[in-house]
Amino acid sequence: MIESDVFVQALQDVGFDFFTGVPDSILGGIIETLMERRLYTPAVREDEAVAMAAGAYMAGKVPAVLMQNSGVGTSLNAIISLNVIYKQPCLLLISWRGFQGKDAPEHLVMGENMTQVLDSVHIPHRTLSEQTLVDDLRWTAQTFMKERVPVALLLKKGIVKSLHP
Amino acid sequence: MQSRARVIAAVLEQLTDQPVIICNGFPSREAHKIADRATHFYMIGSMGVAAAIGLGVALNKPNKKVIVLDGDGNVLMGMGTLATVAALKPKNFVHVVLDNEVYGTTGNQPTISNVVRLEQVAKAAGYVNVERAIEREDIVYEFKDMLKKDGPSMLLVKVTEQAEDAGRVMIEPSDMTQRFKKAIE
Repeated sequence: MIESDVFVQALQDVGFDFFTGVPDSILGGIIETLMERRLYTPAVREDEAVAMAAGAYMAGKVPAVLMQNSGVGTSLNAIISLNVIYKQPCLLLISWRGFQGKDAPEHLVMGENMTQVLDSVHIPHRTLSEQTLVDDLRWTAQTFMKERVPVALLLKKGIVKSLHP
Repeated sequence: MQSRARVIAAVLEQLTDQPVIICNGFPSREAHKIADRATHFYMIGSMGVAAAIGLGVALNKPNKKVIVLDGDGNVLMGMGTLATVAALKPKNFVHVVLDNEVYGTTGNQPTISNVVRLEQVAKAAGYVNVERAIEREDIVYEFKDMLKKDGPSMLLVKVTEQAEDAGRVMIEPSDMTQRFKKAIE
């Protein structure tokens, strides 16, 4: 399992310097590390978070937004009618609740359709693994710079250490 | 009470090179017609997040006063952002709400801002300065004052339902992003 401070450092090393979002248990360790480093600006909704990221990008930052996959539903209109069409890139670090049907009922429908939802609105995505971390982050940074659109990394439980393993 | 376009004109007259985020619908169309500047960011969709975009700019450009021209329907849709702004307290954030009590772009269906005083919501959340104005001289006085003071500030202006004959903003969205980004460097 990847330590959260190693993961955050890897994100900083490829250039990310503005972090916002709405928490999830899978993201807990990452958010704690970001707060220790005074890099995290908390949002109250995921559409607010992607819009703050858009503003941060235009102010010269390289933004990342953390959210549970339920937040993809909440923020989808802002993502496609702001970040995508205005070409305001950000990393969407999305925790994949409901993966393979092993989760609470409210997570199952989005969990089952996660990649299809992103594919249908043409958001490039990868699913993170410990073995491919370096390559995944390199791909993220390259796609961010080249396509200038939101790029999603899906994070399943047990890849990066959370607060309560 | 004045038209929204007259209020937008009065506000823009006080500005030079400050970043201005303008919410979707008629406010963006009217502002673009009145005075198009590279420091203007006109929204065409994503209703409800104008203040969040402005917040993202304000937090990362602390030496520039950032102005958000918003509508009552927009503020109601993204009301949580009043709390986020109030909690983060960016001193350089000025929120102007053009309140006509209707969803003007879709045919003047009523909002609920005739009942809910949005500047009081902002005050309760923790905005530092909040004012409500109707007459032009009051609007100009309060807005100029907010440009000088530490914020976050909200100026709510009651306006009529009248809309200018202003067409869609035809700037390519991705070009607008780069134009705005460069203009506020």
